[in-house]
Amino acid sequence: MDYAERLENVAVIGAAGKMGSGIVLLLAMEMADVGLKAGNGSRHRVLHAVDVSHQALGGLVKYLREQVQKAAEKRIVALRTVYADRADLVDNGDIVRQYVNDVLDVVRPTTTLEVAAEANIIFEAAPEDLSLKLKLFARTATDNPARPWVFTNTSSIPIQEIDEKARLGGRVMGFHFYNPPAVQKLVELIRSRTTTDEVGAFAEALCKNLRKIVVPSADRAGFIGNGHFMRDLLHAVEEAGRLRAGMPFVEAVYCVNRVSQDFLVRPMGIFQLVDYVGLDVCQCILAVMNPRIPGENLHSPLIDRLLEQGVRGGQNHDGSQKDGFLQYQQGKPSGVYDPDAKRYLAFTEFQAACDARLGPLPEPGLPWKVAVRDPARETLLAQFFGALRSMDTAGAELARRYGARSRDIGLKLVSDEVAHNAHDVNQVLLTGFFHAYGPINEFFA
Amino acid sequence: MNKLRRNVYMTGGYNTVSMGTGRKEFHPKQSRPGLEDYICEAGRGVLQQVGGAGNIDEGVIGNFMAARFNSQGNLAALIPAIDAGLQWKPCSRVEGACCSGALALSAGIKSVLAETADMVLAVGVEVQNTVKAIYGADILAAAGWSRERKAGHAYFFPGKFSDRAGAYYEKYGRDRTRKAMARWYRNAIENARLCPTAQEYHNTSADLDAVALAEPNPRSFVDHLNVFDCSKVSDGASAIAIASADGLKRAGIPTSAAVEIVGIGQVEADLTRPPSDPTRLETTRRAVQCALESAGITVDRLATVETHDCFTIAGILAVEAIGLADPGKGPDFVLDGQTARGGHVPFNTTGGLIGWGHPTGATGVHQAVTIWEQLTGRAHRNQIEIPTDRPYALSVNMGGDDKTLVALVYRRG
Ligand SMILES: NC(=O)c1ccc[n+]([C@@H]2O[C@H](COP(=O)([O-])OP(=O)(O)OC[C@H]3O[C@@H](n4cnc5c(N)ncnc54)[C@H](O)[C@@H]3O)[C@@H](O)[C@H]2O)c1
Repeated sequence: MDYAERLENVAVIGAAGKMGSGIVLLLAMEMADVGLKAGNGSRHRVLHAVDVSHQALGGLVKYLREQVQKAAEKRIVALRTVYADRADLVDNGDIVRQYVNDVLDVVRPTTTLEVAAEANIIFEAAPEDLSLKLKLFARTATDNPARPWVFTNTSSIPIQEIDEKARLGGRVMGFHFYNPPAVQKLVELIRSRTTTDEVGAFAEALCKNLRKIVVPSADRAGFIGNGHFMRDLLHAVEEAGRLRAGMPFVEAVYCVNRVSQDFLVRPMGIFQLVDYVGLDVCQCILAVMNPRIPGENLHSPLIDRLLEQGVRGGQNHDGSQKDGFLQYQQGKPSGVYDPDAKRYLAFTEFQAACDARLGPLPEPGLPWKVAVRDPARETLLAQFFGALRSMDTAGAELARRYGARSRDIGLKLVSDEVAHNAHDVNQVLLTGFFHAYGPINEFFA
Repeated sequence: MNKLRRNVYMTGGYNTVSMGTGRKEFHPKQSRPGLEDYICEAGRGVLQQVGGAGNIDEGVIGNFMAARFNSQGNLAALIPAIDAGLQWKPCSRVEGACCSGALALSAGIKSVLAETADMVLAVGVEVQNTVKAIYGADILAAAGWSRERKAGHAYFFPGKFSDRAGAYYEKYGRDRTRKAMARWYRNAIENARLCPTAQEYHNTSADLDAVALAEPNPRSFVDHLNVFDCSKVSDGASAIAIASADGLKRAGIPTSAAVEIVGIGQVEADLTRPPSDPTRLETTRRAVQCALESAGITVDRLATVETHDCFTIAGILAVEAIGLADPGKGPDFVLDGQTARGGHVPFNTTGGLIGWGHPTGATGVHQAVTIWEQLTGRAHRNQIEIPTDRPYALSVNMGGDDKTLVALVYRRG
């Protein structure tokens, strides 16, 4: 079965979710594109979009229609060539409409899981729960004589473990998109010891056609991305705990959040990032990693406590940010949660005092937005962190500890052979987390 | 073409803002003024200067594609919406793609020449931001032959002028031509920055040449042009009064507050035939020659020119077609600074299509308004000096790919 044949029958499980919907979008366009190429035209292509509720699937179709239209508008120059021999399609408008129809024609939204058993390839993007994932595989892939290939979007669960427990015999691989899959360029590919070469080669070919940046990760819980992020966040929690000796909890959280953004030239502060991902998701990833990576205590009682109080983060349906560690107004952090008082305290009550305690930013300042756009960013960063190194303020001290810890985490991912090399670690943070520089650098050596 | 048999004047010009990307007040997702709002603003702007609707005998409106951009036909009947005093007066709408505005002028001039009117209100209008640019490209493509659409570029007209640019690069050299196109862009923006109604009035780019020299990207756009080589998508209207000597007198306007139309050249080329030489604008050349002949002057008497630079390359080709530079020498003329506002013959002194904007059906009228302002000393910060030995001005309005052309020669009244 070659690449085009493989893409004749595909299933996405969890298709209406955050990740699933983006994966459906990418695959449906790729399947339609393959079909539109000369020679592949007459074959029927089916993408089963499986989820639990019709309501969510209705939202998926709406999302697909809007996104495919946008994509078609962007690709109009190429699409006119694709449809060159269709005399009935003259205007750009005709061509965009046709492409949207051709892509949507591929997609079959369904709540019947069993149809996925017909597929040559199953993309799994169900919630991060091993027993659920195993149950889904048991009903679609395990003991299936058609031997479908399984690509799981798991953020943390070792592939080898899935393979053994679902008895897939090497037909499974980690295909870790970043959120949102249609926009984020990075994909971490994870082969287990048993993943077959055929499966691996297909995944690479698909990534290439989707124009993704691929970073291979070893099959270790958390992989590279969450391997760094989870340890980074535990460091932040620990630092906040340390600061608590001299200030209230909310101020400690504020200080660490501010330092990890402004002093480290990152796109957002660490607690804002945790809120963005969701405290529940972080808890769940830690719960996968901790027992599988002994000796590091990858666990946060603070996150457990906040979740018990119903503080979760994550996004509303319209994409707006829910409150978590921080409170948000028009998407911007405006307060910090106090688990003792069980309420948010507005920044205005302590921000000025905390900023004064942290001290000024290095001169000249370097906002993340400027750093990522400037072609001379290496020089700017060296200047900024050079200044930071010689500053004798609480903010600079926190930042140095933070940068050094982030670097150690990166180096450990290489020495533990989770990543092949420093470049791969840096690539994941640069493209998957939009950092302006990789954690393994000279600034914090 | 003979000398005009009656004195024809223009006065009381008015431009709305050319609205679209680049203007601070433009937000693609917010509701904006419609076709009738622009028509009324521009029309009333003229009526105020000519003593009201009672002095107007006839109305003409130029528009290209309101039928598709705004689902609106029968535009002549929007002229009475400008002022109750225009109710029951004869009105018509003319269309010749991007030359619709100058066709409105031409129709008004002919009414005055025919002595069926002493003062005509000429309006040009287009409201194009109702659709995204890629669908606007479909609509504008109708300025070409519909049978060419299928094989044409997604951005049909940029594609046509990209082909012309490619042919020109090949014949005369790419580097110098690209540099001249970038200079054309810079001149346009610098002029527009002085004109509050211009679409690029708020442009603050520091290094305009560098911006304009961005390499074309054939994957997302066309082979030989970048987006800065193109006029933008605009909403706007312009209007002006066309009058006989009696018409001016009736309105109490001295001829010194008007320009006189001393030459006209109107030329049509076959829409179904490609240009014989893509490096030349042959129809433009003929129209300008007619206009100069009917004015009885040569090109060296021109103080300023408003030309149809829908693309920077069209500006350079027009310099040659007008006869100010030999074929292949247009880029040198531009790079020498001759067309800049301090140059020998300043072109497009309020920014032209690239800088002021290109509400397609309004453009021909906007050109006339700019010239009226310049020759009567009303151009404010855009004012250039008009040498006494070269008191003439020229406007060139083009519809489609060098198909429908109107050139006019003006002198202060
Ligand atoms: N959100 C992220 O940032 C992110 C990034 C990378 C990887 N991931 C991983 O992707 C996977 C999905 O995460 P998500 O954030 O999209 O979650 P999500 O909750 O948005 O989506 C999960 C979807 O699965 C559906 N589902 C639940 N039970 C099902 C069942 N029995 N059968 C079919 N569908 C079922 C849900 O209805 C939901 O639509 C997880 O493994 C997660 O770790 C998430």
